[in-house]
Amino acid sequence: MSATTHHTIVNLPDQSTAELPKRNYLNNEHGLLSWLLTGDHKRIGILYLISITFFFFLGGAFAGLIRLELLTPQPDLVASDTYNKFFTMHGLIMIFLFLVPSVPATIGNFLIPIMIGAKDLAFPKINLLSWYLYLGGALFTLIALVQGGVDTGWTFTTPLSTHYLNTHVITAATGVFIVGFSSIFTGLNFIVTIHRMRAPGMTWFRMPLFVWSNYAASILMVLGTPVLAITIVLVALERTLGIGVFDPTKGGDPLLFQHLFWFYSHPAVYIMILPGMGVISEVISTFSRKRVFGYTAVAFSSVAIALFGFFVWAHHMFIMGVSNYSALVFSLLTMLVAVPSAIKVFNWAFTLQKGSITFETPMLYAFAFIGLFTIGGLTGVFLGSLGMDIHLTETYFIVAHFHYVMVGGMLMAFLAGIHFWWPKMTGRMYPESVSKLSAVVSFIGFNLTFMPQFILGYLGMPRRYHAYPAEYQVLNVLSTAGATVLGVGFLMPLIYLAWSLKYGAIAGNNPWQATGLEWQIQSPPLTENFIEVPIVDHEAYDYEWLEHKTANEVTTVG
Amino acid sequence: MDNAIATHPHEHAEHHEHVALPQHRHHFETEQQQREAGSFGMWLFLLTEIMFFGGMFFAYLLYRNWYNPAFVAASNQLNVKEGAINTVILIASGFFMALGVWAAEVRKQKLLVIFLVLTTIFGFAFLGVKADEYHEKYEKHHIPGASFDIREFVNPPIDAKTGQPDQKPMSPDMAQKTQLFFFLYFAMTGMHAFHMILGLGILFWLIWRANRGEFSAGYVAPIENFGLYWHFVDIVWLFLFPLLYLINRHPLK
Amino acid sequence: MHISPVMWQFLVKWLHSSALFPAEASTIAPWTDALYFFLLAMTVVGLVLVGALIFGFSVMYRKEKSPVATQIEGSTLLEATWTIIPLAIFLVTFVWGALLYFRIYNPPTNAMNIYIVGKQWMWKAEHPGGQHEINALHVPIGRPVQLTMISQDVFHSFSIPDFRVKREVIPGRYSTVWFQATEAGTYHLFCTQYCGTAHSAMIGEITAMSPEDYTKWTQQSTSGMSLAQNGERLYAAMGCNACHNGSAAARGPNLAGVYGSKLQLTNGSQVLVNDAYLRDAILNPSQHITAGYAPIMPTYQGQISEEGLIDLVEFIKNLDSNYRVKQTLVTAESDQAAPSTPQPIAPQQGPGANTGMVKQ
Repeated sequence: MSATTHHTIVNLPDQSTAELPKRNYLNNEHGLLSWLLTGDHKRIGILYLISITFFFFLGGAFAGLIRLELLTPQPDLVASDTYNKFFTMHGLIMIFLFLVPSVPATIGNFLIPIMIGAKDLAFPKINLLSWYLYLGGALFTLIALVQGGVDTGWTFTTPLSTHYLNTHVITAATGVFIVGFSSIFTGLNFIVTIHRMRAPGMTWFRMPLFVWSNYAASILMVLGTPVLAITIVLVALERTLGIGVFDPTKGGDPLLFQHLFWFYSHPAVYIMILPGMGVISEVISTFSRKRVFGYTAVAFSSVAIALFGFFVWAHHMFIMGVSNYSALVFSLLTMLVAVPSAIKVFNWAFTLQKGSITFETPMLYAFAFIGLFTIGGLTGVFLGSLGMDIHLTETYFIVAHFHYVMVGGMLMAFLAGIHFWWPKMTGRMYPESVSKLSAVVSFIGFNLTFMPQFILGYLGMPRRYHAYPAEYQVLNVLSTAGATVLGVGFLMPLIYLAWSLKYGAIAGNNPWQATGLEWQIQSPPLTENFIEVPIVDHEAYDYEWLEHKTANEVTTVG
Repeated sequence: MDNAIATHPHEHAEHHEHVALPQHRHHFETEQQQREAGSFGMWLFLLTEIMFFGGMFFAYLLYRNWYNPAFVAASNQLNVKEGAINTVILIASGFFMALGVWAAEVRKQKLLVIFLVLTTIFGFAFLGVKADEYHEKYEKHHIPGASFDIREFVNPPIDAKTGQPDQKPMSPDMAQKTQLFFFLYFAMTGMHAFHMILGLGILFWLIWRANRGEFSAGYVAPIENFGLYWHFVDIVWLFLFPLLYLINRHPLK
Repeated sequence: MHISPVMWQFLVKWLHSSALFPAEASTIAPWTDALYFFLLAMTVVGLVLVGALIFGFSVMYRKEKSPVATQIEGSTLLEATWTIIPLAIFLVTFVWGALLYFRIYNPPTNAMNIYIVGKQWMWKAEHPGGQHEINALHVPIGRPVQLTMISQDVFHSFSIPDFRVKREVIPGRYSTVWFQATEAGTYHLFCTQYCGTAHSAMIGEITAMSPEDYTKWTQQSTSGMSLAQNGERLYAAMGCNACHNGSAAARGPNLAGVYGSKLQLTNGSQVLVNDAYLRDAILNPSQHITAGYAPIMPTYQGQISEEGLIDLVEFIKNLDSNYRVKQTLVTAESDQAAPSTPQPIAPQQGPGANTGMVKQ
C-alpha cells in the first residue's frame, strides 16, 4: 500500500489486512466471450465504461481541434465545412455516446442492483442488448465520420439537415436512432429493477439518493427518447423522399421539428445531469460522515426536476416566434425547474454542517461540481428570462452555460463517482495525491476554458462560428489555453487509473466507511453480489448503524 | 429492435410449482417477482411505444388543423371498406390471442397452438388487405413523392349518375397539402404494419416453442407479454382507423 | 427604474473600453444591461454564498476539528428558506425578463419598416425607398426601425449584439424585430443560427447614421424605383390586376386600403391584414378567401421570389386608392413582353454607389 493512501484515508479497519477476494465478478469466468455474452450488470457496466471512455476522448479530440481553430480569428486551420463537421461530431459523440450513458450506464449499471440489495438488474439480457445497441449506434456514427463526416450540428435542424446538406446525415441519424433505444432499455431496466427487485426492508425512502436520481433520469429516458426516435425517422424520410412534413415550401412546419426535437432534447439535459447529482449526494455524505441534509427534499427534487423537465422544451425557441403567451408559460416553468436544483445545492452544503469532513479526491470533484453547477445553473436563469435570452441565445454564453452544467457538472460528478467507486469496481485504490492534483488541474483548466466564453457570449460572439471578429481573439486564446490545461486534467485519470489496476493498494470492503449496501460486500463483488439476500433495517446514510455494525464485527473477529 | 422485449420474453418466466423450473432466473427471489417484473417491463415498453407513435399523432393533428380541406378530401380517398374489414380482422386476431393466453394459463397445449396459429393467420390477412390498399394508392398516384398526382383533387372525376363532380374541386395550393396527409397515412400505417410484421415473426417462434410444450407447465410469461404487445398493436390501429379513415367521412348519400 | 446616469455611463464605458462588454448603441441596450447586471449580481451572491458555506463548513468541521459527526435529519425551516428565496428571485427575473421581451418584440407603431431576406449565406436588406444592400444595413439614429425578415432557405438568425436584439429568420414566415439606434457608428451583424458551410461568413455591418446623413445616404443609394413601384410592375406583369382591378364587378377583392383592415373570410374567421397575411394569401390563396368571392385564385408558390413578394406586399400596403391599379391596366399592353416569372428587378446603379449596394 502506498504511503499516500495511508495518510489520507481515515478509518480503515480492514485495509491493512485486506486481500483481493479469491472469487469475484472479474475472475468468475475467463475469456473474451465471457465478457461479450455476460448478463452480469457489473461486467456490462465495465464494458460501458470502456466504450464511453473511448468516445469521451474521441469527442475531446474534436473539442481540441475546435479550440485550436479558434486560436486565431481567421479560418486558417481547416476549411469551414471541416470545422462544421468538427463541432457536429463533438456534439454528437459527447451527448449521445458519452453524456447520456455516462453515469447511468456505467456506475448506475454497476451499483443500482447492489444498492437496493438485488442480484442483478431485472432483465440482464436486455441490459447486454442495450450495450450492443450502443455499440451499433456508435458504429454508425463512426461510419459517418469515416465516410467524410456530417455537418448538421447535433441538433439536426431542418430544413438545413433535410434539404441543404449533402453529407452523411442519414448514417449519423441512424446512429442516434439506435443509441436512443440503448438508452430506452437502460431506463426501462432501471425502473423495473427499482420497483420490483428491492431487498426486504429496502423501502423507497431507505434507498440511496443515487438510486432516486437514476430513477428520475430513467423516467425521462423512457418517455423522452421515443419522441427523438420518431423525429429522427421523419427527418430521414423527409431527406430521402422529400415528403415535406418539415418543409415550408410544401406546407410543412419547420418549427414542428423544433418542438419534437426539444421535447426530447431538453429532458435529455436532465437525463445527463440527474445521475450526476445522485453521485454528489453519495460522495458528500460519505466524506462528511453525515446523513444527507433533508433526504426527502433531495429525493423529491429529483422527481420534480424530471416532471417539470418535460414542460420547458420551448425555452429553446423563444426567439423563433413562438407566441408571446407560450413564451411566458415556458419561461415561468423554466424558473420553477430551477428551484429544485437550488434546493439540492443548499442541501449538499448543509450536509457538511457538523460533519466530520475529509478531502479525498471524490470530495474535491464533488466540491468542483457544486461550484461549477451553481454557476451553470444560475446562468441558466439568465437564459430562461425571456428578454435576456434574446441577447444571449445562440452565442458563446449558451455554450459556456451548458458546458458548465455538462462538463463542470456532469463530468465532474462522473469523475467523482469513478474515483469513489473505483475501489469497489476494481478492488484497488487509485493513487490519492496525483488524483487530487488532477482534480485541481481540471477545475482550473475548466474555468479558464469556459469563463471567457461567458464574456464572449455577452459581447455577442455567435456559437458554431469558424471565423470571428478580431476583437474577440484575446478571450478565445485564453479559452484555448484553458482547454489545454483541461485536456491534461482529463488525461491524468486515464493514466493513473490504468496504473492502479495493477499497482494500486488493495482497497478492502469499505475503504471510505460508507453506509451503502455496496460497501458492505467484498470488493470487487461476487458475480451474484450477495451471498444471502440482505435485510435492510436502517435508513440510507445511517452512520450510527455502520458504527454499531463495525463494532460488532470487531468483537466477532476478536 | 423496437420490440426487443418481446424477443426475449423467456426471461420473464413464471410458474406455479414449487420446484424451480429452468425458466426461473437466478437473480429473482421468487417466481412471482419474476413474473411481475416481466409484465411491468412490458407495460413500460408499451409506454415508450405510445410516445413513439405520439410524435406522429401530434404532427397529424397539427396539419389536420392547418389544412383541413385537404385532409378531408384525402381522407375520403381512403378505402373505408377495406379499412373496416381490417379492423374486424385485427380484432379477431386479438381475440384469438386472448384465447391463446387463456389456453396457456390452463395448460392446454393443443388449444394454445391452434389459437396462436389463428392469431397468425388473421395477422397475415390484415397485412394482405393492407398491401392491397397500398397497391390501390399506388395506382391512384397517392404515394407521396415524384409520382404524386393532385389532378384528382383539383378536377374531381364526374359522377356518371349525377353529372356532378363527386366532390368539391380544390384549388391546387390546397390540393398539394393532400400529399402531407398521405405521407402521414403511410408513415403511421407503415409503422403500424412494421410492428405487425415483427409481431408475426415472434408469433412463429412462439408457435414453435408452444408446440414443443414449453408453455404447458405453468410458464406462460412469454405468451402473456406477447399478448400485451399484440393488443397494443391492435389498439394503435383502433386509433388510426377512425383518425385516418372515418373522421372526415361525409355522411353516406 | 432609475439608475444614476453617471455611475452607469462610467461602468458601461469602462467595461466596453476594456473589450469585455458590448457597446450600448440602442435604446433597448441599457434595459437589457440592467437585467444582466441584476442577474450577474444574483449569480455572484449565490456563488459566494454557496462557496462560503462549503468553505466555512469545510474548515469548521474538518475531521481534525470535528472527529465525530453530529447526525441531523434536516430542517423544514431552513429548507423552506432556500426554496422560497430562490423562487422569489427567479420570479422577479421572470417578470423582469418578460417585460423586456415584450419591449424588444413589440415595435412602436411609428417604426419605419425595412425588409430583410436571409439566404445561404448573405443578408439582403430592402428599404421601402428602393435601396438594396447586401450584408449591410444603414439606419438612422433616434428613430425606431422595424425589420420584417424572412429566409429563402434555412433558419438564420439576425443578431446585432450592440443593440441587444436578435430574432430567428425563418423560411416561409415573416418575423419581426425592432430597435432604435442611439449612437452613430458601425456595428456587427451576425447570423447566429447555424446555417451550413459559410455560417460564420454570414455577417455584415450595421451603420447607424445621423438623420441628415441617413437622408443623404438614401438619396445617393436609391435604385430609382421604390419597392412599391417594383411591386406595381410585378402586379401588372403577373396579371394580378386582371382580377384585383378595384372595379365593382372584379373577380378578386379590392385591395386599396385593405392593409391594416379586418377581413371576413369565407371560412368564417376574421383576420387582420398585415404583411404576413398578404404574403400567405399570395402563396396559399385558398386558405384566405375573402367572404363573397369564389376560390379561383391560383397559387404563386414557386413562381415568385421572396423579394418579389416583398415588393408586392409593399405595393399593396401603400395602395390607398385604385388609381395606380387602373394605371397598370392602361400600361399593361406595353408590359406584355414582361416575363411571366419575374426576376427581382435590377436596381439602377446610383451615383456614388455605396459599398453595401446590391449589384445584381
